[in-house]
This record gives sequence, C-alpha cells and structure tokens, in this order.
Amino acid sequence: MDTRNLIPIKQFCERYEIEFSFIDSLDEYGLIEITSIETEQFIELENIHQLEKIIRLHDELGVNLEGIDIITNLMKKIENLQNEINAIQNRLKIYEE
Amino acid sequence: MSFIDYYKILEVPKTASEKEIKKAYRKLARKYHPDVNPNDETAKKNFQQVNEANEVLSDPEKRKKYDKYGKDWEHSEAFERAHQQQQYQQYSGGGQQFSGGFSEGDFSDFFESMFGGGGFRQRKTQQKFRGQDFNATLQLNLTDIYKTQKQTLTINNKKIRLTIPAGVENNQTIKIKGYGGKGISGGPNGDLYITFNITNNSNFKRAGKNLYSSVDLDLYTAMLGGEITIDTLSGKVKLKIKPETQNSTKVKLKGKGFPVYKKEGEFGDLYITYHVKTPTNLSQREKELFTELSKLR
Repeated sequence: MDTRNLIPIKQFCERYEIEFSFIDSLDEYGLIEITSIETEQFIELENIHQLEKIIRLHDELGVNLEGIDIITNLMKKIENLQNEINAIQNRLKIYEE
Repeated sequence: MSFIDYYKILEVPKTASEKEIKKAYRKLARKYHPDVNPNDETAKKNFQQVNEANEVLSDPEKRKKYDKYGKDWEHSEAFERAHQQQQYQQYSGGGQQFSGGFSEGDFSDFFESMFGGGGFRQRKTQQKFRGQDFNATLQLNLTDIYKTQKQTLTINNKKIRLTIPAGVENNQTIKIKGYGGKGISGGPNGDLYITFNITNNSNFKRAGKNLYSSVDLDLYTAMLGGEITIDTLSGKVKLKIKPETQNSTKVKLKGKGFPVYKKEGEFGDLYITYHVKTPTNLSQREKELFTELSKLR
C-alpha cells in the first residue's frame, strides 16, 4: 500500500502565523500541491522544505508569487548547470593531474 | 575580535539616511539570501553580516551608539558591562540576563560585545516548523569508493551510520533524510547533506566510470610483441602486446574501470595508453645494429 506523509495545513498555518488563503494562492500558482482528504487539507511532508523557502522569499525579500515561480525555475536550472559543471570539472581533471 | 564597519558592509556613506540604509539592506539581502544561494558559505556569511549591519544602522539608538564609539568599541564594552551590571542588580533574583534565544554564530563577537546578546529584533532566517538542514563534507580517497562501504560519522554529537555507494563522484552531494535539525512543534526533521571530496590517491585518472592510465613499453616489446603485467584497481592483469605496437596506442580493458554509481556489479572501462620508450646510451654494437636495420628499409 502506498503511504504518504501529510501535514495538516491548519497546523502549518498556525505555526507560521499565516492565512490559509496564502497557501491556497500558492496552490493556484502551481507552486505547491494541496491534498484534500474529506474536509481537511494537507501538504506532503516532502514539500514542506519548498513551502518554507517560498514563505521566506515572500516575507523576508518581499518577492511576489510570480517572482517566486521565476526564482524556483531559475534555481532548478542553476542546480542542473552546477551538476553539469561539476561533471565537466571532474572530466577535465584527467588532463590536469 | 576586531571592529566591523557596518557602513562598508551596507555600501553606504556614514551620512546615509534611514531610507538609503533600508534600500541598501534590501538590495544586499536579496543578493545574499541563503535561499537564492544554496550551499554557498560566503553568501551565507555575507547575509549574516548584512543583517547585523542593518540591525545596528536601522535602529536609531544602536546607530547612535555605534557612531559615538566607532572604533573605540572597547570603551563601549566597558560601558555596557557597567550598564548591564546596574540592570542586573535591579532584578529581583533574576539570573537570566540574556534570553534572546539566539543560536550561536548569528551575530559577531563585536556585535555581542557592543549590544549584548538579546532584547532586540530578530531578522535572521529561522526555522519555524521543519528542522534545519545540515551540511557536511566528507574527505575520501578514490580507492575508498571503489567498493560500497559503511562509515559511522558523528555529526552534531549524533552518530550516523552511512552507506557510501561505490562510484560516488567528486563534489557529489547526497541527502540523508531526517538527519538534520529537529523539527519544531511536530514539524519534520531537516535533512543532512553530505558532499564528497575525493582525493585521487591512485595512478589512474578518473572520468566518471572510466579510468585512464599509461604504461611504458620498451622498444623491443613494442616491435616484437610480448606480455606485460599491469595494475588495475581490482588487481594485476596480464596484457598481450601485439607486435609493431605504435607509440600512444590505446587499449581498452572492458569492465576494469570504476564502479557505476548505484548500479551494482556494473563497471566502466580502463584505457591504457602505451608509451614506447626508445633506448638511450647506446653501445657501439647497438649503434651498428641499428644502422644495419635502418639500411634494410
């Protein structure tokens, strides 16, 4: 059976002192995914890291949701490029050693 | 402990207005924020410095004190000690002077010395639910990662049994789920990120799953053929040398390279380059024979 670790959004919002509407708008922008079971709404444990990052970018740097989407995509690109650079650097080492 | 020039950190003149300070802080915070500079220790340090500078310069009282004492901050420390002592005596048995709840390293010693450890706004990036992620670097030799191995690491006084898969790459980072800081109020633990720093302690050069090496061949073996024994990471291997082997000839030893990451039993190849060494210090007789040989062509 497939088990999922879910965190109630209500609990998360209380902890962060944020409105549910904010999480809802993140879902609308496709930045996170909300899971509904009966009347309660949850977020996957795996996505908490991403959600906290979004909140920090929003609260600490004043980035709006469109900006967060752009940053998230660019960060993914940077990560891929970083991995490519790492692989190339490791390959180059055979000529340096 | 040395003086920190907060104006320099925020890149503003000493005459900067509140608005200018705010603007400079926002700009630099966006530049160095840890979420947009993952795994960048320099950016993290800069972000802390920028926060600290803003903490002081955006607060009129702190700024006034900082401007007044400036480089003579040691006098300020003495002043502050006396001031704190006075305050402490006013408490009725309250032994808890500093209760700001700051973790170590948030502010510099200079700051702590001048302004104390608590009682001011906290603007640092903080965890509220999910635990903090930890980063660690593990130094390994190339020969260590030829086989999957288990290691016990102690990180933040916690022992972690770690399986290091064979074939891990230099500078590769792996995530150990849940081994970071403890979650807050039922939140999940953070993760532990381990970056492998691999030193090549072998005679092979590595490019991913393939290994490269060179072998010296004497002229006669190269011309007439023969057999040599070479070292590989899995032991010694006998190699047949074809007659008339040219200098820089490459041969591939299938499956004698490096293990493929997370693909058990799968190996890359080992590429050997032959370097033909011509004889030196020829005797008279050898010279005569080589001359004779050259006339045959």
